[in-house]
Amino acid sequence: MISVEGLSAEPLFGLPLPEVWFALMFALLATFLFLDGFDFGAGAIFGLMDTDRQREAVLAAVGPFWDGNEVWLVVFGGALFAAFPAAYAGLFSRHYLLMFAILGALIIRGLAPEMYEQRHDDLWQRAWSVAFVAGSVLAPFFLGIFAGNWLVGNEGSLSLIGLVVGVTLTLLTVVSGAAFLRLKAQHDLPPEVSTYGQIAVVGYLLAVVATLAVLATRLPEGITALLDPLIVGLVVASIALAAGYIVALRRNQNLIALGIAGVMTYGLVTVVARIMYPAIDPATGATIRDTIVSTLPLNLMTIGAGLLLPLVVVYFVVLYTAFSGPISPEEAY
Amino acid sequence: MDPVIASRAQFALTTMVHIIFPVMSMGLAPFLIYFTWKDIRTDKPVYEQLRRFWTKIFAISFVVGTVTGIVLEFEFGTNFAAFSTAAGELFGGPLAVEGMMAFMLEATFLGIFVFGRDRVGDKLYFISSVAVGLGTWLSAVWILIANSWMQTPRGYELATENGQTIVHLVDPIAAYFTPRFTYMYVHMQNAAIESVALFMAGVAAYYVFRHHIWGFEHENINFWETTLKIALIALLITAPLQAFHGDMYGRHVAETQPQKFAAMEAVWETDSYVPEYIVAFPTSLDSITDPRAKELFGIGIPGGASWLASGGDPTAEITGLNEFDTESPPVAIVFWAFRAMVGMGFWFILLSFWGGYRWYKGELFEDALLHKALMGSSLLGIVAVELGWVVTEVGRQPWVIQGIMKTSDGVSPGLTGAEATLTFVGFVGLYAALLGLYAYVIARIIRNGPPGGDDLRTNREPTPTPGSPAAGVADDD
Repeated sequence: MISVEGLSAEPLFGLPLPEVWFALMFALLATFLFLDGFDFGAGAIFGLMDTDRQREAVLAAVGPFWDGNEVWLVVFGGALFAAFPAAYAGLFSRHYLLMFAILGALIIRGLAPEMYEQRHDDLWQRAWSVAFVAGSVLAPFFLGIFAGNWLVGNEGSLSLIGLVVGVTLTLLTVVSGAAFLRLKAQHDLPPEVSTYGQIAVVGYLLAVVATLAVLATRLPEGITALLDPLIVGLVVASIALAAGYIVALRRNQNLIALGIAGVMTYGLVTVVARIMYPAIDPATGATIRDTIVSTLPLNLMTIGAGLLLPLVVVYFVVLYTAFSGPISPEEAY
Repeated sequence: MDPVIASRAQFALTTMVHIIFPVMSMGLAPFLIYFTWKDIRTDKPVYEQLRRFWTKIFAISFVVGTVTGIVLEFEFGTNFAAFSTAAGELFGGPLAVEGMMAFMLEATFLGIFVFGRDRVGDKLYFISSVAVGLGTWLSAVWILIANSWMQTPRGYELATENGQTIVHLVDPIAAYFTPRFTYMYVHMQNAAIESVALFMAGVAAYYVFRHHIWGFEHENINFWETTLKIALIALLITAPLQAFHGDMYGRHVAETQPQKFAAMEAVWETDSYVPEYIVAFPTSLDSITDPRAKELFGIGIPGGASWLASGGDPTAEITGLNEFDTESPPVAIVFWAFRAMVGMGFWFILLSFWGGYRWYKGELFEDALLHKALMGSSLLGIVAVELGWVVTEVGRQPWVIQGIMKTSDGVSPGLTGAEATLTFVGFVGLYAALLGLYAYVIARIIRNGPPGGDDLRTNREPTPTPGSPAAGVADDD
């Protein structure tokens, strides 16, 4: 029988819980960036569509998924708050305006498709198209700026590292979005969607190189911080993955292309986490062990997450199974 | 603006706008489960109409609720960093669990519930409606666990680390399952259903009125009549209950947050046999913000407040605001919000009895005055919820965690007035637009009415569903 005393005394199963939650938090962030990433990418590609039917097809393809996908951000925020409250509070309050820029982009991104479907006159739909594209592009861009600043411990909102990470992340969402749209709606969309994905993945690789170059100048240990075998391995792998992505898209193996985009997203987040560890707020030098909550709440949350996250995976499997295969524009409501 | 003032104003604004949408989704949830069940079991087109029409409103409310809800989660970090650092150990956990347990359930099954009727079987579709409803109600569990702990904190220990006060969790059961949680949850969930019932009844009354009183033919009149009846049944159940447990909740507040109760009644000096003032006027305009402060004219029920506080003893003593060491909450706001909420609550009970009586007499569709009363009251449930939260949240000031931390000490230390003012002003504009758009879209949905004719599955021959499962790898051709 588990008692409060037992749960207060030592970490569950003797696990290194600060590391577990550090990894879990980044896994949640990566899941958000992949799943909502293809929504964002689809939103960016939406701006390049010519006909009403094509635009409807994009909206129908993301419609059933985005709400669930976006919840990963809420859970990421919750995990950061619950496990490392001081880091959460410090990061969010220091990047005050940036956080509200992210929120603004997410609000517009969330509203635009709902509004777009409400009326079918030209001006209305054009206005909400612009809003949809803007929200879809700016949300990952601002999130990237935040991630860049977080990683190097930047205080202000705008910085070179922020901009390059912002561009990197935005391009990565287009990579995912193109594969997702090919998978879900290719019969209603122009073949150029595949081209957009291929251009985006090349741009993504260039942006990663630029990010690494800026990082080498900004990190206190300089380039040696980047010569970690895991980081080098992941960067090399992403070149191979990008090639695989292009081949898969060209062969119309879109599920594989989407999977590769997912692996690239987790890889990118892993690089960020690897560089940051063991710090969690490089600006103050606070480490995960400085900011972790005490043993009792940590154990309780670990039990909670251990029970609930597998269920969440089941929900997503049910959802994606129900909407497997192409989604036609008529399925939008 | 001062960063403390701007942060408080911004949090007040963003929560007050946000709460509208959870009220809509939590209140609609039981109706939607019922409509889905009846739609599947009866094949009567009206239930498909009910399900689809109200699902549309649910879906919009949910989306707006999602985006405005993320704002609140972020604001704990951006604007109330000192609070988040101090209380994160107790407060962050429920928020994280809310996301994993409730929000995920709701948001994933919503995709199936809104878009997937033609893709899944009856069983999974019904399960989806229950999962969505359960998700919205579980969300409220965790949010109110967090909130009720701030109102009546227990199960914690204070420590000072690096010169900062930190709250440590020592007894999770005591901390997370306070008696306050039960009162809040029951009162809030019942209020959500009641508010939605009022909204449904008001909208339906408009069409019933136009059809039966003014003589405009409405092809969907059966839909609106059914909506009105279902809403009235819900109102007959929820309205009296709300007053019943509201009274118990009030007594609990008197016991556990005497300062808030004193503000609700504007009692300054400790006294017994305190009257329940229905209205109170100050003698001069200078003291308008402070009803009953001095030399006032008021109409009250003798011993009423004492009676409420003690559960039946009109001579019971009420501790006055002057007894507390800390400054008082803004008394006028709490005093009037409480009165307006309670007044509306009684009006809803009256309305429900009135409607129930007319229905019993077979005159539900003939009473024009009742229809007008219902139309006029359609948004008052939501207003009452807002006022209730004003009593709860303004009434506990100056504390963000009762007796432990003041709200002004919880604000982010590095925040500048310029930044906080900028985002506050931004939210005023953005949320005004958001509310306008939401109202516009809801009005459009109502004007367009429910789906009908061949658009209804019930009227269609069963056909094989296109593009359903098994087509998972169809693209790899």
